Amino acid sequence: MTNGALGLPEGGPPRFESLDTVRAGLAEVGYLADDSISGVVYLADRLGKPVLVEGPAGTGKTQLAKSVAELTGARLIRLQCYEGLDESKALYEWNYRKQLLRIQAGEHGKSETEGPSWSELEEDIFSEDFLLTRPLLEAIRATEPVVLLVDEVDRVELETEALLLEILSEYQVSIPELGTVRATQLPMVFLTSNNTRELSEALKRRCLFLHIDYPDLERERDIVRAKVPGISEELADQVARIVRSLRTVELRKAPSVSETLDWARTLVLLGVQTIDAAEAKDTLHILLKYQADIERATKELLSASSSSS
Amino acid sequence: MLDLLSGFVAELRRSGLPVSLTEHLDAAEAVKHIPLEDRDGLKYALAATLVKSAAHWRAFETAFEVFFAVRPGGAGEGAAGDELGEGEGDTESEQSGGEGGRMPGQGRGWKGGGGGEGMTPEELAELLFKSLMSADAAMMNVVARNAVDRYAGMEPGRPVGGTYYLYRTLRNLDLDAVLERLMRGAQAGAAGGALTDLEERLAADEYKARIDKFRRAVETEIRRRLVEDRGAEALARSVRKPLPEDIDVMHATRDELAMLHRTLQPLSRKLAVRLARKRRHGRKGPLDFRATMRRSLSTGGVPIEPRFRHPRPAKPEIFVIADISGSVASFARFTLHLVYAISSQFSKVRSFVFVDGIDEVTRFFEGVIDPAEAVARINTEADVIWVDGHSDYGHAFTEFERRWGDQVTSRSSVMILGDARNNYHASGSWVVEDLQARARRVYWLNPEPRDYWGSGDSIVGEYAAHCDDVVECRTLRQLEHFVGNLA
Repeated sequence: MTNGALGLPEGGPPRFESLDTVRAGLAEVGYLADDSISGVVYLADRLGKPVLVEGPAGTGKTQLAKSVAELTGARLIRLQCYEGLDESKALYEWNYRKQLLRIQAGEHGKSETEGPSWSELEEDIFSEDFLLTRPLLEAIRATEPVVLLVDEVDRVELETEALLLEILSEYQVSIPELGTVRATQLPMVFLTSNNTRELSEALKRRCLFLHIDYPDLERERDIVRAKVPGISEELADQVARIVRSLRTVELRKAPSVSETLDWARTLVLLGVQTIDAAEAKDTLHILLKYQADIERATKELLSASSSSS
Repeated sequence: MLDLLSGFVAELRRSGLPVSLTEHLDAAEAVKHIPLEDRDGLKYALAATLVKSAAHWRAFETAFEVFFAVRPGGAGEGAAGDELGEGEGDTESEQSGGEGGRMPGQGRGWKGGGGGEGMTPEELAELLFKSLMSADAAMMNVVARNAVDRYAGMEPGRPVGGTYYLYRTLRNLDLDAVLERLMRGAQAGAAGGALTDLEERLAADEYKARIDKFRRAVETEIRRRLVEDRGAEALARSVRKPLPEDIDVMHATRDELAMLHRTLQPLSRKLAVRLARKRRHGRKGPLDFRATMRRSLSTGGVPIEPRFRHPRPAKPEIFVIADISGSVASFARFTLHLVYAISSQFSKVRSFVFVDGIDEVTRFFEGVIDPAEAVARINTEADVIWVDGHSDYGHAFTEFERRWGDQVTSRSSVMILGDARNNYHASGSWVVEDLQARARRVYWLNPEPRDYWGSGDSIVGEYAAHCDDVVECRTLRQLEHFVGNLA
């Protein structure tokens, strides 16, 4: 099962030396990975396989792709998925207006001298000059290293998903009029999904699967410290602990990492040294987005303290 | 290693995970890139290649723990071990988990470290307290090992999954008391005398997390010994758990029910999205002449791309009539929850619950964002008892017919939920017959296995004659399938 045996383009030298270099490298560009994240990124590079990243919103799925691009010095090509995305938006499209003009120009020439024959014309209008490349084709044709990010892949319809399959497994695109375009270098591919629907088996089978959950206490604290300048160790620890407790409360939308960071930044801006109940209550709306959640969290964590203090 | 992997993959398939051949090959390839001694690395590599859904993670983890059980005395435990004056007694089983398991009765593994036996229960409890206080993982593992030695009372060769051993060990350690003691310690250690409630809550969560970690350590230890005793494959059979979608709702334990609730929410969300898409893209609508002409302007008036109107198929109206007496109550709750979670797919949903009396509960769901809240209210507020609180389908149906029967029209689909165990009352099946004549469809969902239908006081056969379909609906998977087809 080496790449060569499948007729895939050779990936060149591996991007990463070992598991530890992945982790250290990601930390350098400001992404604190845990074992599973760095492990999967490492494997993706070694096996030349795409990574399907799944998990709750705001846990750094998209950021992972960006960070890997930054780390490897690659260009990031992003395909944002949405309902109704089709191959002319994702893969390639013939610039038919330009083709039409070309044909009309040929007809005009005909009245004066002999115009081009149909077969010439056909060859002409289905050449690369008339091809509009879209993100997927662009990633395949790039000669410099690229990271391809297919964001929120669960938003496209099941049928559209099939567009991705050829790229994901063979790193090539077949264009009927032109033939097959193969990748000259293996791009690293990340697909993110918010799990709003079940992805097809075919897609899942081609990918490595990575589930990013909310980070544990230590990692969240480290993320806060890395991302929020000027926060004291004590405050970061307190923030992380309160957020962890909040996640154990039954809420409609548990606070995500990005919301934790927003909260921590706010606290720093307000000049808070240690959080007490009153301050937590006043700033809770940054962490939680539903009124019902805020009420419930206040009741669970804070209300008793405000009455006693 | 490859053999071990094949066994592992086979076990995953037996637990219901769809592992394809390509994925198996990928896993074999991935393992080559992972240093062998890196157990966590191995776990993530296998997870990335074999498990493609977060819901399957638990089954994977259970199987992984069994097949690649930890060897005792690994790095990091050494220090704490020495501190206790423990010998190297239990580091003998050099084989990796699976192979070690095939040599049962290797005495040493069973007895654990020699040092543990010298400890009194008090010393052990003290050590546990200290390790939790300082969050010292290595010490926790040592305590776990000794606790299992002392309390679990494991008997070689018994075909069990170890839950009882776990229970016995933990009961003797009395973790609740330990938590209390930790909290008292935290109170005493607080700077300003007493903790505020917020601090107290945070401290409690911290200690609970630590205790949880310790519990897992005990579990791992028990599992390791079981593997040594009986082999990975035999044990895997005992500890195999069904995937959340496959749990039998009627016989689910409390933990499983909680898990089902967690599964239900993403499940219903996915179902709603899928149905909404199906509705919009199910078939092409009629040609939209105006849009086609507008678009043709950019190609010089030649209509190259026709445009179509979005189709808007009619939405069905749903009547749910659910038996909520003891045995089938949890099933009714799940169904109501699921139906309301996707209620946007129906033009109207009305729900009725009964035991021997019947009551409409549609009002509970109005203006409620989370169906779970409404479902909880049904239990306390719905008026469903008529005489004695034993299921009486006949009376409930007659009542329904009298009070709401005329509202069932040719646009309505009726779903009846229940095991049709009627306690030998009159069946009232003429109501169902009447309903079928008026309604678009009448379905009966029975949470009992098909084999039990018609046995004892079950009279589902009598109703079945008047239903368009009678469906066995024991698991979330079956339920989802049914509701998906309905809309």
